[in-house]
Amino acid sequence: MALDLVIFFFLAVIAIATAASVILSRNAVYSAAFLVLNLTTVALFYILLYASFIAMVQLAVYAGAIVVLFLFVIMLLGADRGESGQTLVWQRPLAIGLGVVLIGVLFYMLLVAGSIPPPAASDLPAGFGGPEAVGRLLLSEYVLPLEVTSVLLLASMVGAIVLTRAGRREKR
Amino acid sequence: MNVPVMYLIGLAAVVFTIGVVGVLIRRNAIVAFMSVELMLNASNLALIAFARSLPDGRGHVIVFFVIAVAAAEVAVGLALIVDIFKLRHSIDVDEMSSLKG
Repeated sequence: MALDLVIFFFLAVIAIATAASVILSRNAVYSAAFLVLNLTTVALFYILLYASFIAMVQLAVYAGAIVVLFLFVIMLLGADRGESGQTLVWQRPLAIGLGVVLIGVLFYMLLVAGSIPPPAASDLPAGFGGPEAVGRLLLSEYVLPLEVTSVLLLASMVGAIVLTRAGRREKR
Repeated sequence: MNVPVMYLIGLAAVVFTIGVVGVLIRRNAIVAFMSVELMLNASNLALIAFARSLPDGRGHVIVFFVIAVAAAEVAVGLALIVDIFKLRHSIDVDEMSSLKG
């Protein structure tokens, strides 16, 4: 239990520090690099919470595909410069104030809700969170959402190609 | 790992709030997008923490769908950003004010 808490707080500090670095970095490329670190730390949490399949999906889809897509667009647009001067002076203090209010409400809710003691690892079903367990659920109970997801991915693929096609604007 | 589920939800709340503040203060559209990804990740972490503490594998299925939807959202969102950049040569969200009355 004590070792678990040490591991948890160590990883939690890394997750929070990298998340803060994502939004505070001046250069968008650094933000993407910190996003990879944050996603990897969250994947470690998934492994420690017996969600091994989701951890692998996280690394392959998020840290692999999505961040590479971000980096491609940053390089393509040359958008890694800092931002221009502040146009709304009250925006930043207001945003930070609202963030403090949000975190206060969330933690108040947590304190009211109290904590559920998690079951011991030996009480988990065999193969909990592995590819077989998740795959069985996906192809039995959730087979319709799975098929809808494939249509959604096809639609977004077609949409992305249509939106970025060369010469679209001249035709109008 | 066997820590109270409240700790994990607290961590998810902190990361989610960082994502919200990032969307509010950053004017680079790509970094605002990354902040949205932070928020999605925080909610995924909360779902996995509940799935482990119940224990119920359906939480993992929902996280799987969230990741798939996030991938679709990033593909379309970045295509929109590229299109806006072609039109205005800037991805500063404060400059996208053509609809202002």
